[in-house]
Amino acid sequence: MPDGAATVQIEGVWKYFGDYPALRDISFDVEAGACLALLGRNGAGKTTLLRILGGLSRPARGRVRVLGGDARTASVRERIGILGHGIGVYDELSATENLEFHARLHGMRDPRAVALHWLERTNLLPVRDGLAREFSRGMRQRLAVARAFLHEPMLMLLDEPFTALDDRAIALLQSLLAGARSRGATIIMSTHQLREALELASDVALILRGSLAYRGERTPEMLADAGWLYRHYGEKE
Amino acid sequence: MNFFRGAAVIAAKDLRSELRTKEALNATISFALAILLLFSFAFDPDADMVKQISGGLLWLVFAFSSALILNRSFAREVPNDCLDALISSPASGAQLFLGKAAANYALLLVVEAVALPVFGIFYDAHWTRQLGLLVLVLLLATWALTVIGTTFSALTVNLRLRELMLPALVYPALVPALMAAIQLTNVLVGSDTLDRENYIWFRLLAGFDVIFTLLGLAMAETVFVG
Amino acid sequence: MRNRVLYAFAVVSAALLAMNLYTIFMKLPDELNQGMIYRIIYFHLPAALTCFTAFFCGLVASAGYLTTKDMRYDAVAASVTEVGLAFATVNLVTGSIWGRIIWGIWWTWDARLTSMFVCWLLYVAYLMLRRAIEEPVQRARLSAVLSIFAFTDVIIVWKSIEWWRTQHPGPVLTIRGGGGMAPGMQAPIYWNWLAMMLLGAILVAVRMRQENMRREIDSLRREAYAF
Repeated sequence: MPDGAATVQIEGVWKYFGDYPALRDISFDVEAGACLALLGRNGAGKTTLLRILGGLSRPARGRVRVLGGDARTASVRERIGILGHGIGVYDELSATENLEFHARLHGMRDPRAVALHWLERTNLLPVRDGLAREFSRGMRQRLAVARAFLHEPMLMLLDEPFTALDDRAIALLQSLLAGARSRGATIIMSTHQLREALELASDVALILRGSLAYRGERTPEMLADAGWLYRHYGEKE
Repeated sequence: MNFFRGAAVIAAKDLRSELRTKEALNATISFALAILLLFSFAFDPDADMVKQISGGLLWLVFAFSSALILNRSFAREVPNDCLDALISSPASGAQLFLGKAAANYALLLVVEAVALPVFGIFYDAHWTRQLGLLVLVLLLATWALTVIGTTFSALTVNLRLRELMLPALVYPALVPALMAAIQLTNVLVGSDTLDRENYIWFRLLAGFDVIFTLLGLAMAETVFVG
Repeated sequence: MRNRVLYAFAVVSAALLAMNLYTIFMKLPDELNQGMIYRIIYFHLPAALTCFTAFFCGLVASAGYLTTKDMRYDAVAASVTEVGLAFATVNLVTGSIWGRIIWGIWWTWDARLTSMFVCWLLYVAYLMLRRAIEEPVQRARLSAVLSIFAFTDVIIVWKSIEWWRTQHPGPVLTIRGGGGMAPGMQAPIYWNWLAMMLLGAILVAVRMRQENMRREIDSLRREAYAF
């Protein structure tokens, strides 16, 4: 990636469901090391945009460059971590097997050691041979977080990360996100829970009905009054 | 990452999951045995009859029972959105397709390895006489079943009616491969020798395998990435 | 404007069909061996030609969709395949009637009959897949892939079944190396092919309009549900 270039460049992206444009001419950049909160109501197009950035979907029109390349090239996807709605964990495999599989998939050198390291970080080491099916909800969520982070991605895409998590998983996720930022990783998270997201965010983008309504830095006003952004840039009710 | 290593990682994961629960494998084997039983009511299994229709019988058993394994192949990725995690991983669509196909192939061959001797016992068929060639037919035709099945399993994975759609897609598409396999198996189990004319069926099987493997690999990204 | 073109096509196609019917039933003599039933070939064969033209257009439109992602190609592929399937059905039914009278049986597992039936099943599966997917873009993508697989398969099916069993009469048209028909008797086949192609084109145009409207309605519904 050339120096100074943004980690994520989105240029005139459109995405349709049939004739209905779910994303309408979205353009913005996300600088390296930023933490962007992608705000908007349900159905605004946040998930659709995140899926395009993660290489799960392609834009109908427009161009997306992620970490200096196309999101569908393997070398780019090696450096992306995604935490979506589903936890992406196999119920019939053990915690270690799940993490080992993902470490292998990312071509990591010592998958077993990576798996054990992350089990320890997520406090799952005592149950490392237990099947994911037998885990409690919170344990499964921590396993999912470990899966998304184990290859030390330079771009983290999180879709509504705080809605499904319990408080322990939230604390873990927050510390991991802080760690990721300190090593220079970029974070993009969609959320409609304003306060948690705004506390972490350095940048904000607001999407309304598939269009970009606001893009800028997170300001102190936003933190003091979470509804500020919607009142100033949101639609009139 | 090396193309085949990536596919192997996915195949190993699938086999590990399947062998842990044996859900699809047990169901498929018992289904295959049940069909073998039912066929004995459809006709009177005397020596001549078996000689004539052994190929058809065997391949219908293999083709019908394989639907369960092929269905599970991608259905396994549906809970917890595991498929998304796979597609967004560095593995390409083609690697994912090949890995899944390899695991399905291994499982289908296991089912066949169980069903074939049972068929021999039930119907007094002398399937071991030309074992080498029979194994070759099994390997080629099962791969045909695997590529078509894996492709369509991937195609239907996100559908509500997945289980209903798969057979409707797979069986008509498999007609040429099944025909060739039936023809060859009839000759081999019926203890006839293969004449020159029969080799055309080997060519058909090999051609079918090559064409649909390439098509499956080429289309995989399109199927997985919307 | 588009309606007028469509009506004009319909009038031409109807006139052509009427003219062909007149030729086939009033002017042409009975065939020496088959008597009067041979006339069914004037519908049977053009229907087959029309259906394969349609399926081939479906393949091209599907490839067009996958390269351009333009939903209009998807509408073409869907309409063309549906119309092609209708003509395939005409072909199967007329063939079956002919078989009943000449062979004494409704159906035989001959190469062409079997192939046509497999082909029919494959494209029925295509339409089933379309019905099973609700999201239009996903539907377009996956059914385009299936269409490419189906067409490839149809070619292999025809070749392979021909090796196995053949009972169906050989080629009758001179361009395919056949020579089973007197020259005057061949022309109506081509004329009826033209008529059926026109009819097919009209049906495709109507279906496409429907398909485009359906997409528009779907998008309006999404728009309405967006809040």
